[in-house]
Amino acid sequence: MSDAPTALGGRGGSRTFWLTFSAPLVWIVAFFVIPLSVIWAYSFGRTLGLTEIAITGTLDNYARVAEPVYLLIFVKSVWFAALTTAICLLVGFPYALAMTFASARGKIWLLLGIMLPFWTNLLVRTYALMAVMRNEGYINDALEAVGIGRVEMLHTNFAVIVGLVYVHLPFIVLPLYSALDRMDRSLIEASLDLGAGHISTLFRVVIPIVKPGIYSAILLGFIPALGSYLTPDLLGGPDSQMIASVIERQFKRANDWPFGAALSFILMYLTLILMVAMAIRDRRQARAQEQAA
Amino acid sequence: MSEPMIRFENVTKRFGSFIAVDNVSLEVEAGEFFTLLGPSGCGKTTLLRMLAGLETPSEGRILIDGVDVTGVAPNKRPINMVFQSYAVFPHLNVADNVAYGLKIDRVPAQERATRVQDALRLVKLEDFAHRMPDQLSGGQRQRVALARALVKRPKVLLLDEPLSALDAKLRDAMRAELAAIQQEVGVTFVMVTHDQDEALAMASRCALMNRGTLQQVATPSDLYEYPANRFVADFIGTINLLEGTLSTDEPDHAAVQAEGLDAPIFVNHGVTGAPDSRVWVGIRPEKLAMVPATQPRPEGPAALPPANVTQGTIIRSAYLGSVTLYDVETQGGATFKVARPNGERMADPALPAGESVYLSWEPTAPVVLLT
Repeated sequence: MSDAPTALGGRGGSRTFWLTFSAPLVWIVAFFVIPLSVIWAYSFGRTLGLTEIAITGTLDNYARVAEPVYLLIFVKSVWFAALTTAICLLVGFPYALAMTFASARGKIWLLLGIMLPFWTNLLVRTYALMAVMRNEGYINDALEAVGIGRVEMLHTNFAVIVGLVYVHLPFIVLPLYSALDRMDRSLIEASLDLGAGHISTLFRVVIPIVKPGIYSAILLGFIPALGSYLTPDLLGGPDSQMIASVIERQFKRANDWPFGAALSFILMYLTLILMVAMAIRDRRQARAQEQAA
Repeated sequence: MSEPMIRFENVTKRFGSFIAVDNVSLEVEAGEFFTLLGPSGCGKTTLLRMLAGLETPSEGRILIDGVDVTGVAPNKRPINMVFQSYAVFPHLNVADNVAYGLKIDRVPAQERATRVQDALRLVKLEDFAHRMPDQLSGGQRQRVALARALVKRPKVLLLDEPLSALDAKLRDAMRAELAAIQQEVGVTFVMVTHDQDEALAMASRCALMNRGTLQQVATPSDLYEYPANRFVADFIGTINLLEGTLSTDEPDHAAVQAEGLDAPIFVNHGVTGAPDSRVWVGIRPEKLAMVPATQPRPEGPAALPPANVTQGTIIRSAYLGSVTLYDVETQGGATFKVARPNGERMADPALPAGESVYLSWEPTAPVVLLT
């Protein structure tokens, strides 16, 4: 061991390390790792009575997920989340572009426009959406006024998608904005200078350069959308159930914690697979670049 | 006389109440290496960006090769630009960066490949065609930007502070190389710089700007030897500026009584100022001769013998290798910077501080400035 003083090196350094990180470490272990492990263990168990669960190591709970009822809900959840993410991207990208090129004052207003709903309680926002979309709501009032007539919107899949887009838009816009804002403006000017039009510049320069930002926006939007509970529950109809509602039912009404745990963990595995796929892609790209050198 | 390549006609650019470019009229001939020089905020970059189409003039017209391009979008102009930050596309390799503009123009693949190859050879990057920009040095990235602009065969190439981000040694090498490339391709270059050495070394002609207005447009040597006003004289190189009164003004000679000098300053040409008006006289440090006061007083011009000689004391000196720079204060309180070339080793020992000296100059040396 060298005696050279380093910021976190040596025994003194490691003591500082443990002092600083023990509190968050204890927190994470006590409130994240342990409860999650318990649920994970439950997913291999069986209910014996009202409260008793035996961890038998069975895979039955996971097998049950393959039953058509649940499989369908899983597929639908993924579809809803994907559709939500896609719409969020289509709406959010132009919004993030506008934020990037707005004046300093305009930027603040656009940011507020996206953040104010984000800071409002989800339940309040969802009820507000219900008020807007219900049969006697503003949209239907307006539709009737122009002669189209009332359209049933609330408690449909359409309402669920509208609600999910509304809730998850900030998760998409913010990473997009931060990627766009970091981009060197002269790259756009260079593209224009070299003869490209604005649309061409968008697809040939801007989008390829902010691609990592787009991927992280997709992850940040898709993952919470997949696990949505409140929005489909309040805005959706009987056929718009997403997987979180099913999970909730297992823990409450059905009192089948092992099956609920298995469903939860399948959701978790999906998320992890998605993130690992993303990481592998990143690493492969980095390696390809190194090899090109 | 053929049409100039670039013509600015009374171009003004305002940003709110700030006037960045104030009524500039300027012509650049085809094949010139033209530089826009000036301190930061003088409007030179705005002028360049208006030429590129990235800014629109508030007033006036811009013509390129006789065609009014004032309202023409940047992607429709026969002009390409090398950006200060190089703006090399980070997601494309060197060859794809260079090919970008040709792809946009739908140049056939065969021709595109040849032209990209030629452009890369021109900037000596043939072996780097498949590198990504983040694997290149600053100098190499700049070459990519240069090749990417030149491959489009523009009528005019704009360069925005192209050398400012390079380290000193590379800058010198690139200076020579840029000039050589310009010679080879024969394209009109317009370069913006705040570095006067760069401007003088590379330019065929140079426009010096200050506060949005053109101060002087001239060849580098004329800018140095015949500055139009005090700003130009002071900005380009080092100069001793003395304020004084125009005491004699004949067609073939003039004299100025300068503050801090006991003898008048005599010049062998007429001046356009009114007699007894306030004028400034500039004398470059290397045009002053200095001898110790122990030697006889140098003789002034035959027409006015006491003129163009003054006595002073050396305050300090700085040895700069090729020259030694002295600060000399006259008895009247004027200070002169004097440059003495170190032409011979050991032959001429440096004069010490405190030494009394005579300064003298030829009647051709001073430049009389009215503003």
